[in-house]
Amino acid sequence: MSGTLAQPLRSDGEVALVANRMRHDIIRMLAAAGSGHPGGSLSAADIVATLFFGGVMNYNPDDPSDPGRDRFVLCKGHAAPALYAALAEIGYVPREELLTLRKLGSRFQGHPDCHCAPGIEVSTGSLGQGLSIASGLALAFKLDAAGNGSAREKRVYALTGDGELQEGQNWEAAMFAAHRNLDNLTAVVDLNNLQIDGHVTDVCSLRDLAAKFEAFGWHTVAACGHDVAELRAAFAEAEATKGQPTVIIAQTVKGKGVSFMEDQCGWHGNAPSAEQAETALAELDQAEAALVAALKEA
Amino acid sequence: MAKATRAAFGSTLVELVKEGVDVMAVDADLAGSTTTAAFGAAYPDRMVDVGIAEQNMIGVAAGLSLAGRTVFTGSFAVFGTGRCWEQIRNTVCDSNLNVKIAPTHSGITVGPDGATHQMLEDIAIMRVLPNMRVLVPADYAAARAAIRLAATTPGPFYIRLGRATVPEVYNDDFTCDVSFAHVLREGTDVTICACGVEVAQAFDAAEMLAEEGISCEVVDVMSIKPLDEETIIASAAKTGCVVTVEEHSVYGGMGSAVAELLAEKHPVPVTRVGMTTFGTSGDPDELLAHFGLDALSIASRVREALGR
Repeated sequence: MSGTLAQPLRSDGEVALVANRMRHDIIRMLAAAGSGHPGGSLSAADIVATLFFGGVMNYNPDDPSDPGRDRFVLCKGHAAPALYAALAEIGYVPREELLTLRKLGSRFQGHPDCHCAPGIEVSTGSLGQGLSIASGLALAFKLDAAGNGSAREKRVYALTGDGELQEGQNWEAAMFAAHRNLDNLTAVVDLNNLQIDGHVTDVCSLRDLAAKFEAFGWHTVAACGHDVAELRAAFAEAEATKGQPTVIIAQTVKGKGVSFMEDQCGWHGNAPSAEQAETALAELDQAEAALVAALKEA
Repeated sequence: MAKATRAAFGSTLVELVKEGVDVMAVDADLAGSTTTAAFGAAYPDRMVDVGIAEQNMIGVAAGLSLAGRTVFTGSFAVFGTGRCWEQIRNTVCDSNLNVKIAPTHSGITVGPDGATHQMLEDIAIMRVLPNMRVLVPADYAAARAAIRLAATTPGPFYIRLGRATVPEVYNDDFTCDVSFAHVLREGTDVTICACGVEVAQAFDAAEMLAEEGISCEVVDVMSIKPLDEETIIASAAKTGCVVTVEEHSVYGGMGSAVAELLAEKHPVPVTRVGMTTFGTSGDPDELLAHFGLDALSIASRVREALGR
């Protein structure tokens, strides 16, 4: 995690504060758009914040295409608002531009398009393809490092949804990544147990997900997907694990941070009204005040 | 010497690396048949076999290309385009990646393997994709040229390769550009547009018809997308009658592309010769005759088109 591209290490509380600010942006942009996916964006916010602002990923805040950067693949592309909020937080895009989400002429399509805004590595949104892409990237970085001993082996981070893992291509990729010993690949499963048609366990259960990944040859780590310290430790364990890829199975709550959205299937793909957004933002303001107070105490 | 177009795949990739072009290949357990195995034997670090997993093949190729590599994918045409069409659409084409889809075993000349392994819809489903260029080489030299062109031109390509040995059409040093079409034989009564294995068949049909006093112009429409509009329109304007021939469905293939162009820019009567059903088992030559795609059948369709 060292090098010229490394980010200033923020404390767990500071990262949590960033995640809360991202949730703020997610609600604002979805309300402005009038459509989109709040549930899965909110459940992923702490994971994305830890990756970008918790000192996990190496990247250059002044140059989104710096060739030395680690890569982030948002497999669950419908959580685009979480990624866009992070890009604004880094400074790749102006925060107010987020409010153009999903509108004609906006750089922020409903699902990430890599030709629009800086910092989007690849177009995603069709579920199940990201882990293959991430595996190809990780393999290329291994080959690059093997060809140039002094080069840092870049790392690849792939964020998938649990419902998304019903797509069979993930398991083709899981087999491949383990077979190729891609220890520079870390997958994170945003395990919120909800998909459009209901709870994942009711629609088509993944059963013992950790056992599945282990059987495929992956190292698995369980973490609370809303606890920055746990996530940070999980990413450190992934980086320290050699010879096999790691999956962090992050237990999350869909709609996390907005009480009336939490664990509600209906908030998968519906934007809040102006009134609902106001209520949500007030809750997030309260959370922010508590986080700031805790930081001061610390 | 006559060879299959697939024979150009692995060997041309080896040539390219020797010349300093940074290419890789990803295959899905068909490396021996597609000939990428030969490339892998020469450059093990540049060849990735993902096993029988075409969707992952496209994703891995996409990831490698995102890291700066130029990547060719293999497999058989029915699996290498059909099983992973949506991966090609949403990952390769939407992101406009440097991935070249070059599966082999297209068309009925796959032969004895039968209908499930004879891809007849690939031109249609590849040419409809934004950012995708589509090349259907007529022989080994053309396949080599197509692979070289794709390797050195940024963005997605589809190169349609075949299993069966095909007669030589071009010299070994043949080169082509994007949107390549070429008048192989000049004529005045009718234009035969052909691609892939049908180029040699169309040429033979033209020779037969010449003996009857019918003068055929034969155009190799190697690039289905983009089309060489100028060459095709000029020929149609000269002869006033067009017959298209392809080892592919008549719906959405080269014939459709030519008919679309002429309907919009220079309407003349067009007859599309191709497949309307699934294939079946048999030897390639038997199958071409059975499905009306050999020189004899083409000659008869040309006579019909001319009302003779």
